[in-house]
Amino acid sequence: MSRRLPEVGGVYLQMEDEIASMAAVIGASYAGVKSMTATSGPGFSLMQENIGLAAMTETPCVVVDVMRAGPSSGQPTKTSQQDVMQAKWGSHGDYEIIALSPSSVQEMFDLTIEAFNLSETYRCPVLVMTDEIVGHLMERLTIPKPEGIHLADRKRPAAPPSEYLPFRAGEDLVPEMAIFGEGYRFYATGLTHDETGHPQTDSPEEHAKLVQRLCDKIRKNVNKITKVERIFLDDADICIIAYGSVARSALSAVIEGRGKGIKIGFLRLVTLWPFPEQVVEEVAAQVDKILVPEMNYGQMVREVERSAGRRKVESLPKLGDALHTPQEILAHALS
Amino acid sequence: MEHYTRTGMIPHIWCNGCGDGVILGEFLRALDELKYDINKLVVVSGIGCIGRISGYTNTDSFHTTHGRALAFAVGVKAVRPELKPVVISGDGDLFAIGGNHFIHAARRNIDVTVICSNNFNYGMTGGQSGPTTPTNAYTTTTRYGNIEHPFNLVHLAAASGAVYVARWTSIHVKRLRESMKKAVNKKGFSFVEVITTCPEEYGRRNKLADPIEGMKWLREVSVVRSFIDPIQAVVQPDKIVVGEFVDIEKPEFSELLLESTRKVQANLEKEGKLTNVAI
Repeated sequence: MSRRLPEVGGVYLQMEDEIASMAAVIGASYAGVKSMTATSGPGFSLMQENIGLAAMTETPCVVVDVMRAGPSSGQPTKTSQQDVMQAKWGSHGDYEIIALSPSSVQEMFDLTIEAFNLSETYRCPVLVMTDEIVGHLMERLTIPKPEGIHLADRKRPAAPPSEYLPFRAGEDLVPEMAIFGEGYRFYATGLTHDETGHPQTDSPEEHAKLVQRLCDKIRKNVNKITKVERIFLDDADICIIAYGSVARSALSAVIEGRGKGIKIGFLRLVTLWPFPEQVVEEVAAQVDKILVPEMNYGQMVREVERSAGRRKVESLPKLGDALHTPQEILAHALS
Repeated sequence: MEHYTRTGMIPHIWCNGCGDGVILGEFLRALDELKYDINKLVVVSGIGCIGRISGYTNTDSFHTTHGRALAFAVGVKAVRPELKPVVISGDGDLFAIGGNHFIHAARRNIDVTVICSNNFNYGMTGGQSGPTTPTNAYTTTTRYGNIEHPFNLVHLAAASGAVYVARWTSIHVKRLRESMKKAVNKKGFSFVEVITTCPEEYGRRNKLADPIEGMKWLREVSVVRSFIDPIQAVVQPDKIVVGEFVDIEKPEFSELLLESTRKVQANLEKEGKLTNVAI
């Protein structure tokens, strides 16, 4: 990106640490540009503080986390999916966030654009949670012509500066966003604030109102935001739910199973957060067993259990820089 | 002055006798005297008493997380070189939790002004010691006297690469205002330290609880020694060296960044491959 961004008139900045990177991303977004940062493992932990600030100040921005094995320094450059719960709960306080999980090089491209579009639409940080395997993949990528790419932009204020309230939202719960240097002269803070942006640190009502809106603008749009891929699910008795690089093995397992006449289907989570609860509930009502292979010690499986009930759900964790083989997944699905 | 004040946020939260009000007042007067285009100014602050100042200036303004004001400001300046970020924050915010961002922003010589309210302690959270607490001073976390050595902020700023460095106290109002004017107009990383009184927290534990006595103390111990080596510009209970210490010219980061981008784009244009033009 340090080579490419100047070529297209962008700015690449190498900050002193990941805390600073995330702060600079927020500054750049408030200055009116689409901004992002990328990291892995420990860097993602350092970014959590200002991911919370981005959620609180409703900053459109994108963070890519190429997951490696932790905790702590763990196994640098080795694959894992150990940060998927941190993606949801990493910063303190109540907030909702959007996290996407690409499974291929093409999806890294497509979902990064989608991440920017979602962040601009809902005014929140959007995380692209990928893993080392997808991160190091080399495969065919089709780059569409610019006119074939849909780009969303934040809603700009319709009112003149004298009437602008920076955190007043309409029915869609997403406030219009002014940017620095255009005469709106507004104030944003990480403190609990009212529609004017002024701190309201003593008011229980204002705090509840703000936090509910920050969460509801995403919760109420779960069906619009979330994307899943369903394959062979119509008549399936067994369902594999997977995401990221593991989804590639899972799909192979399902194809192999179908080849043997087994009624096995596949649900790929393209969106991890908000979690597509309704879709998983519907699948659970239809199948007898759900298997969740993940390259961690069992994380998203908790969310699947919450939607599907514990009885039908089985976790297939894998640790230590190893991707599940399709055979392994199929064997567990049939066991 | 009202033009520069976000009047809806007044009254401010600061205690009687606090120097932060002086900093706000002199900063607004400095802007007024410069007839500064406030639509081009972004005031950024961190956490602490003075952190609330970004709410009181009628500019684009942002109140960041603790210590991160400068990193936010760097993001603003890098993508919008026509804007001038001014970071106004405290000694704990800028030099403890935010110390890393300070030295690196100064090293880059990015066009940001930093105004530091130095009251020797964490006033908002109960008067704990911090990186500027004088040796032997009493705070809620140095009950038997501070055994640590404080930073000399002007020396640190100069050594890190700042192109304009000054220190005044909250009683040197006119000279403070002049330095603020110079700092805001300076191209590059400029730093103004303001030694302030904190009667409620630092003051009451160090025989400076009376605001008038605190101001008298500042007047008695301050000596103006402009352009001496910043290492000799001490801050001690019996002597505070104030003045301007650095005023030099050096290539500025956001200009260099833009220049570098334009070169890359000019080469692409020669090859007929240019798609988007930089700002």
